[in-house]
Formats: sequence, structure tokens, C-alpha cells
Amino acid sequence: MGEPLKFHFEVDGENFSSAGEASVMVKKKLRQLGFSPEIMRRVSIAMYEGEINMVIHADGGTADVTVSDTEIEIVLKDKGPGIADVERAMQEGYSTACDNIRALGFGAGMGLPNMKKYSDYLHIDSEVGVGTTVTMRINLN
Amino acid sequence: MKICEIQNLLNATMLCGEENLEHEVYSACCSDMMSDVLAYVKDQGVLVTGLINPQVIRTASMMDMACVVFVRSKAPTDEMVDLAEKCGIVLMKSDMRAYEACGHLFAAGLRGNAGGTHG
Repeated sequence: MGEPLKFHFEVDGENFSSAGEASVMVKKKLRQLGFSPEIMRRVSIAMYEGEINMVIHADGGTADVTVSDTEIEIVLKDKGPGIADVERAMQEGYSTACDNIRALGFGAGMGLPNMKKYSDYLHIDSEVGVGTTVTMRINLN
Repeated sequence: MKICEIQNLLNATMLCGEENLEHEVYSACCSDMMSDVLAYVKDQGVLVTGLINPQVIRTASMMDMACVVFVRSKAPTDEMVDLAEKCGIVLMKSDMRAYEACGHLFAAGLRGNAGGTHG
């Protein structure tokens, strides 16, 4: 492939309806690039959960996707409230989302566990009051 | 099972995707929590749900699902129908409740999972 391909997206925090549009775009690009359904699904689900999190908790942010010969990297960056206890946030079923988010079908405490499940590498860099950066990588070999 | 058989079993109204009625699906799942769909579902062709918002269609699209059935007489918005058309997903709605709809599909041979342990 040579030079890695880079995609940048702004994730609108105001509009729950549009959450996930960047992930749909990425899935489309990966399909055009000829990736397997399994890789497309893992990348798009991991990114989609991250996007939903940014909209629910952090008033949006940015998403950067880099496709290289060996891996696909997704970096999600927000200036939201930060995650006070990352270890706890990683537990299945733990959520700080309120009832109106649950009524929309999210906030089951599965977002971060799903991101971990579908990626090969997950790192969360978060500071309360400053923001959160989530880095995920999916191996291509 | 063909998607048109699902329509018959659930006495459902087609909302979009008529051209895919002959498409075969091999399993289904039912949930109003999209995160659970994203967590536990593997190779499911059909989502049965009573939840109405665009994320239902995006979730189905991420999971490569072929068909979404809205139960309890819930109807999707025009925005959701547009989105489903773009993704090539069949939408239909049924007056049945989720439990009853799933019972009909299961009894007719459409199982919960195509080989995994969840769903």
C-alpha cells in the first residue's frame, strides 16, 4: 500500500441522530479498499461505540483513522469531562449515562468493553476536566 | 429463511427494501439495547426491536444485518427509512409484541445464533 491512508472526522456533539456517521464513512472506505467483512465490522463497531461515547458524554470531538499495511488505528479525542476511574468504566455493565440515553438504546455499560473486544489494542488517556483520548488498533495480519 | 417468510409469519408491513425479499437469513436477535446487539450478536440477519431512532439502523448496518422488524406497532421515522434504503436494509413493522414475534420466528426455524454462544 505504501504511504498510510489518513482520514479525519469532526464528531458533532449536538446531534445524537448523526452520531455514527464517521464510522459509516470509514466502513465504506474500508469496503472500497477491499478489506474483509470481519475487519470492516471490527473497525466500524469499535469506532461507532467510541463515537457514541463522545456524543453522549463529551459534546463531540475528533476521530482520526490511519490505515497502514499492518494495522488500522483509530484515535478519538474529546474535550469532555474525562473518566474518573478508567478501570471501573471498563467493567461490563458499568455506566454513568442517564435514563434518557438508555431510552435511546445506549448506556448499558457495554461501550468501552465492546471497544476492547473488537480491537487488538486499546489505550485510554483521560484527565478529569480536560478530556479523553482513546487509541485503538486492529491488526491486519 | 427468506425475508418474505418473515413478513408472512409476523403479518408485517413492508417499509423499504422490497427488492431484497428473497434474501436468505439464518438467525435473528431481539433487543432494545443497541450496545447489547453490538456486543453479543454474530452473523445475525434480523434484528427485532421496539426502539425507534436512527442508531437502530446504524447498528444494523455495522453488524451487516439484512432486515429490521419493528414490533409493538412502532413505526420508524422517514429519516430512518432513508438511512435503511441507503444501507440496503429491509424494514418492516408488525403489530405483534417482541416476545410473540420472536416465538413465531423461532418456531419456524429461525434460531438465535448461527454457531456462537451468545445472542
